Amino acid sequence: MTRADLLIIGAGPAGLAAAIAARQAGVKDLLVLEREEASGGILRQCIHNGFGLHRFKEELTGPEYAQRDIDLAADLGIRIQTNAMALSVTRDKVVSFVSRQEGPRQIECGAIILCTGCRERSRGAIGTPGTRCAGVFSAGTAQKFVNLHGFMPGSQVVILGSGDIGLIMARRMTLQGARVLACVEIMPYSSGLNRNIVQCLNDYDIPLYLSHTVTDIRGTSRLNGITISRVDENRRPVPGTEIDFSCDTLLLSVGLIPENELALGAGLNLSAATGGVLVDDRFETEIDGVFSAGNALHVHDLADDVSEEAARAGRAAADYLLRGGQKRQMLSVMDGRGVLGAVPQKIAVPAEEDVRVRFRVDRVYENAYVCAHAQGAVFPRRKHRILTPGEMAQAVLPKQPLSLAEGDIVISIEGEKER
Amino acid sequence: MKLDAAIIGGGVVGAAVARVLSRYHLSVAVFEKCDDICMGASKANTGIVHSGYDAKPGTQKALFNVAGAKMYPALCAELGVPYKKCGALVIAFTKEEQVTLSLLRDRGCQNGTVRLSIISGDEARALEPALSQEVIAALHVPKSGVVSPYEMTFALMEHAAVNGVKVYTREKVLRVDRQADGFLLTTEHHCVTAGTVINCAGIGAAAVRTALVGDTVRLIPRKGEYHLLDNTGYKPFTRTIFQCPSVMGKGVVITPTAHGNTLIGPTAMDVKDGEDVATTADALKEALDKGRRTWPQISTRTAIASFAGIRAHPVSDDFIVGHTQTGFFEAIGIESPGLTAAPAIGEHLGKAVAAYLKAGLKEHIITPCVCRKPFREMNFKERGEAWREDPTYGTVVCRCEHVTEAEIKKAIHAPVGAGNIDAVKRRTRAGMGRCQGGFCGPRVLDILSDELAVSPMRITKFGEGSELLTKEIRGGDI
Amino acid sequence: MTVVTCIACPVGCRMGVETADGAVTAVSGHGCKRGVEYARQEAVCPMRIVTAVVRVRGGMPLSVRTASPIPKKDIFACMSAIEGIVVNKPVTMGQILIEDVCGSGVAVIATKAMNE
Repeated sequence: MTRADLLIIGAGPAGLAAAIAARQAGVKDLLVLEREEASGGILRQCIHNGFGLHRFKEELTGPEYAQRDIDLAADLGIRIQTNAMALSVTRDKVVSFVSRQEGPRQIECGAIILCTGCRERSRGAIGTPGTRCAGVFSAGTAQKFVNLHGFMPGSQVVILGSGDIGLIMARRMTLQGARVLACVEIMPYSSGLNRNIVQCLNDYDIPLYLSHTVTDIRGTSRLNGITISRVDENRRPVPGTEIDFSCDTLLLSVGLIPENELALGAGLNLSAATGGVLVDDRFETEIDGVFSAGNALHVHDLADDVSEEAARAGRAAADYLLRGGQKRQMLSVMDGRGVLGAVPQKIAVPAEEDVRVRFRVDRVYENAYVCAHAQGAVFPRRKHRILTPGEMAQAVLPKQPLSLAEGDIVISIEGEKER
Repeated sequence: MKLDAAIIGGGVVGAAVARVLSRYHLSVAVFEKCDDICMGASKANTGIVHSGYDAKPGTQKALFNVAGAKMYPALCAELGVPYKKCGALVIAFTKEEQVTLSLLRDRGCQNGTVRLSIISGDEARALEPALSQEVIAALHVPKSGVVSPYEMTFALMEHAAVNGVKVYTREKVLRVDRQADGFLLTTEHHCVTAGTVINCAGIGAAAVRTALVGDTVRLIPRKGEYHLLDNTGYKPFTRTIFQCPSVMGKGVVITPTAHGNTLIGPTAMDVKDGEDVATTADALKEALDKGRRTWPQISTRTAIASFAGIRAHPVSDDFIVGHTQTGFFEAIGIESPGLTAAPAIGEHLGKAVAAYLKAGLKEHIITPCVCRKPFREMNFKERGEAWREDPTYGTVVCRCEHVTEAEIKKAIHAPVGAGNIDAVKRRTRAGMGRCQGGFCGPRVLDILSDELAVSPMRITKFGEGSELLTKEIRGGDI
Repeated sequence: MTVVTCIACPVGCRMGVETADGAVTAVSGHGCKRGVEYARQEAVCPMRIVTAVVRVRGGMPLSVRTASPIPKKDIFACMSAIEGIVVNKPVTMGQILIEDVCGSGVAVIATKAMNE
């Protein structure tokens, strides 16, 4: 068994940002494990532009965004072991992993940051009926085939789900010569960024069917057609609204699920709302010295946000290692009206700095306020012209009123004008 | 091609017969129409090893069920197949169903299934806390078990293959004709003369019989649909939970699988097309609705797959197993408990064929190649040993089920090797987990392409026509 | 009148843009100043960065992009040009692969490095 002060699992945008921040905060003995053959995580296959607008104030592609962190990590002498798959994490912070180069290894860690990313919801998880033919892929798998392996997985395509990966793949498949017949979304609104609706669907005249879903998948060997139906307000298909498409490919972009099998194995509990572990304002989990960041904690829209959050986790892990764990008084952050999955779930008082709480809203709100309430404290509220479930919202809780709070902090959406 | 025995059908029954015949001085081949063996009812069922209380005493179902169940523990140990003696409860919601429980217990005694007892609803809930409050009594079946049905089939067939049985996939039998001294089989690529024919063709068995015997045995394709839940997180039951059986079968079962997943199903719907394994919204809902009686908190929140299987339901309601006509042997209508019965059917038919052909036993039989246990089940030391022997044990390809590159390569080059993505999945569990191959699919495709030395464009999901890729946009030439 | 959906924020205002002789004369329906700027450009000459993968001799594909936005109408011409090249390794990130793609004056550059 070997030892490391800090072990970071995953070298995607979260793991890289956490590692860089921890090193800059003084952690010397630091190892990053990456299961793929190269660092960068999912950004390696996100060859489209739109990354880095917040963080670097310029527009980069995924690989370019990742490379900046990879280069910085290299400059800082951070050791990243690729092709290394973490298999288990224990409560006392022993991590088992395996790699082709070194075989199975165990490592005793002072602190761990879980940056294991997320996976795509599969057809089985949404229970779409029909045959189990070839040609049904998750959008991310198709993206990997096209952008990393150099193969097209189809030529006549329908996309179920208007999540960002689905929209991005609608454009990618079109540009690389396929025909995208439709994008089908079960909700009455898209869950993707507005920018992607315009630049990935509208630019290429790809119709978006809102409040529709796929109700049949046909083809004994390769997919040869699907049926979509309109759904009612309870998301049940309405008979008589069927539309058939002849296609050889169905791409699914129906949601992302944080990957937390390692956390579960360590005995951590998951939030039903986020699918991630429960953390405090330092992104520390219920186990001292174990942190979580990135899409493993909760699914983000922007890599920039992931980097920002993970850097904070990296600094907190450094602080934990250098100063030792401290007992802090914690307040709970609760989901109020309209709010789903506020992260962090706990905030220490007195606060060390302003705390940013991120969450999603449960439906579309117009001209509404994001509010925070707690006994003893008055938080500023912020008006938004629009809040949609497709874009992560946030409430910044200033240090000063936070320090006065005496009970649970409830985040809610209020004051929406009736239309 | 000249054979002593031609087995039609590479399901669990065909594999069991093949394995028994491989012990004799005989030339034997299996003909399977699909790209892989185990593509029919043998792959899409509950995986339950039934202890034998359900079948009517005196029927072939009862006979082979009880005999097969007794063989399972030792057979699985010998072949290295995942098997768990998890026990079962048959639950009753009404007084009438309670009467059925007594009937089942008595049948069990007659059939030779020992240690069945009827317990109260509260006792049942003490064993299985997720059970409905509406359960008033249950038949406790401690000896019931679960097996991985496809791994069972592969192991039987591989053992047959290492002992000389030839296994032909993508080899549909188009015609069977009787000749003076046996049979002439016309397959897709071969003309085969065979001294005996063993009809294990599943839902296609009736057609084979009709061709040779003339009279018809009617088989009704009965479709069953299932939900499969993830094997991490909450698991509702540690035992198989049956509802009281009815004329349409054993009702909706909720059971752990041999790999720790939870399976809900099957529904029972008679269909026209024996190849129709499409799932339907109605049946998937029905499986949940019926399952909810057993498990009120039923949820597909952790669902990872749904699938359908066709069982060949004989109108006679009993298996037809035996020597039908000179040299022509059959196992027809092997619906539930067919998986349980298969090893016993294999012994019975195999020995009957050998006796008919007056074949002698081989002096030496190669023992099953039980390779290393799966990586995911190894301890730290075993992983180290495996890695030192083959460094690709250090490359985890399927992150959900922790399947390594070494295991995938072994599955491809096994005696009855995997030639497509689904075949790899059933042999190794790569792609069987939460992400359903979303992450490992492209990698498995690459490994198949490398190991079989064919273009990635030609790799299929489950055989010709199910290719995954349509165009190459890499490499030097445009 | 051209209708433009704004991408500046999640509201997605649908704006009307009046033009005369290729010049914008009026913008309506916008919710903020940022929208006006975007609508003016979109109505006259919408611009996009194009990203793609190109063939590499003896290897996996290489991801590329236009160094800056090009007119939207040239996207498919740009894709044809990109599909027409085969790149030799090694490649550095930012390396120019096409100097001037379909007369736009914009280069196509590699967005990752590739070693031998």
